[in-house]
Amino acid sequence: MTPIVEAKNLKKTFGAFTAVEDVSFHIVKGECFGLLGPNGAGKTTTIRMLYGYTPLTSGALKLFGEDLEPNLRKLKYRIGVCQQENNLDPDLTVLENLQVFARYFDIPKSEARTRIDRLLEFFALNNRSKALFTDLSGGMRRRLVLARSLINNPDLLILDEPTSALDPQTRQQVWSRLLELKKEGLTILLTTHYMEEAYRLCDRLLIMDQGKVLVEGKPGELIDRYVGREVLEIDSPDQKLRDFLISQGYMFDDLGTRLMIYNHNCRELFDAIEKVFDHKNCMLRMGTLEDVFLKLTGRDLRE
Amino acid sequence: MIKALFPKISRRFLRVWQRNLTVYKKTWKVSFLPPLMEPFLFIVAFGIGLSAIVEDLTYRGIKVSYIDFIIPALLGTTIMYNAFFETSFASFVRMRYQKTFDAMMATPLNLEEIITGEIAWSATKSFIAATLMIVGVGILGLIDNLSILLVPLLALLGGFAFGATGMFFTSIVPNIETFNLPMFLFITPMFLFSGTFFPLETLPQWAQGIALALPLTHLVRLTRAATLGIYHLSLLGSLAYLLLYSLFFYPLALKKMQKRLIK
Ligand SMILES: Nc1ncnc2c1ncn2[C@@H]1O[C@H](COP(=O)(O)OP(=O)(O)OP(=O)(O)O)[C@@H](O)[C@H]1O
Ligand SMILES: [Mg+2]
Repeated sequence: MTPIVEAKNLKKTFGAFTAVEDVSFHIVKGECFGLLGPNGAGKTTTIRMLYGYTPLTSGALKLFGEDLEPNLRKLKYRIGVCQQENNLDPDLTVLENLQVFARYFDIPKSEARTRIDRLLEFFALNNRSKALFTDLSGGMRRRLVLARSLINNPDLLILDEPTSALDPQTRQQVWSRLLELKKEGLTILLTTHYMEEAYRLCDRLLIMDQGKVLVEGKPGELIDRYVGREVLEIDSPDQKLRDFLISQGYMFDDLGTRLMIYNHNCRELFDAIEKVFDHKNCMLRMGTLEDVFLKLTGRDLRE
Repeated sequence: MIKALFPKISRRFLRVWQRNLTVYKKTWKVSFLPPLMEPFLFIVAFGIGLSAIVEDLTYRGIKVSYIDFIIPALLGTTIMYNAFFETSFASFVRMRYQKTFDAMMATPLNLEEIITGEIAWSATKSFIAATLMIVGVGILGLIDNLSILLVPLLALLGGFAFGATGMFFTSIVPNIETFNLPMFLFITPMFLFSGTFFPLETLPQWAQGIALALPLTHLVRLTRAATLGIYHLSLLGSLAYLLLYSLFFYPLALKKMQKRLIK
């Protein structure tokens, strides 16, 4: 089966600065693929190349088996994009925002109306159709951008941080909506800073940093590979405990006031520590995608 | 021919035009007032106030009252201001602050169509304003010649020319305040010195030469011919000038916009 997205060695430079380098991945039909990375990693730039907003510096890009550049117009009819910013029309109402967008895709008026009603319902905005964009809360705006990205019944949905600035309730609601769409067979490309979101929604994902791919794989496999099922966190460890860990041959990430122990039989260690030390500051928990992310991209703040 | 000159532009630019119309329709109750009211203001101030001290003029050998002399100037400057404002300040706000162009870029529209739609809309704004102003002039009973009805057509041409100019400036200004520069150095001098409120012939020879190089001079020549019903061959030159001017600034605006936005 031809992949929906086939990206080979994507590269993007802005002057002397390389924002994306040698990024390759593919997405098959019905899959949700995640693009993770710290601020400035190059996620948005990668996505922009995918819908023709930004031309590639080098590399090759195929959507639905066709080269992007020569077929851009045709292909854009099949893509829905939720950009990182809520670039809705402040002069227009919720309904008008969607109507105007439907026109860009040459959707006939009555057909547009049917789709809009369905989308407003789907994103729980149906009571707000006459509200001006400026009267909407941040979460409503985001949902409206999401609704707008679906107006052309896309075969590929591209979401740049779809749930940023949403409260937990709304985020959960958006997740379940996206899962519904996935169940219907929609192919989704997603960037996010919420590891839980990536874990729940993505079949496969890619973590990038400073424009380059660090790893790619299924969320569960990445957790197994990089941090293990269980993680032991030790808060403000004393020297005795450190010495003990070293003498026992345990490898740990030293965050100064906190030690993280990955890839070991942490339960055994937890019990051992409990016997000898005051274990109040010890926490045994499941390994998460967040652990993988932090382990691979480091804990330093990005500029 | 247009297709050959601008291969990337399809009729989809009308969708962008339509978007602006949709927004305009929401605010038309406010936006249609200024062009309708403006003739009243100007005609009271300049016409009635000034004509007490200004005598009738001779324009191309024909005696015209001062009011009749400035009505076409008001039409021409309105055409200029409406289009220029639309593709400078208003387009800049859409581009920079509302990210309207970004959103459009995720649809089948391309940048050339977006820019063309914006310029076409600015010409439409000029058309609407000129038409409303003609209504205002009509209400005042100041229509001399029915060929004033040609002015809305001239508004499309002049609007396109000044719309393309505004878009050119939008493609190069670093921020919205910088528009004050072309306003002060280009638009305002044109407003005053393009044979608008006094005949060009009263200017020294060198200044006349400069004025003849400016687009508003030619637009006002044309509107004046229409309102007074005075035709002469040099009007063809003015028409040609505005066409060539547009054919220069429109592709330039497209190219510069491309350079600014496609990174
Ligand atoms: N038009 C541009 N000109 C110059 N540099 C750019 C441009 N667009 C992006 N960059 C740079 O490219 C890098 C990647 O930016 P990008 O927006 O792709 O990051 P991101 O992964 O989406 O980050 P975030 O999580 O903050 O959204 C950044 O260093 C950014 O400053
Ligand atoms: Mg981003």
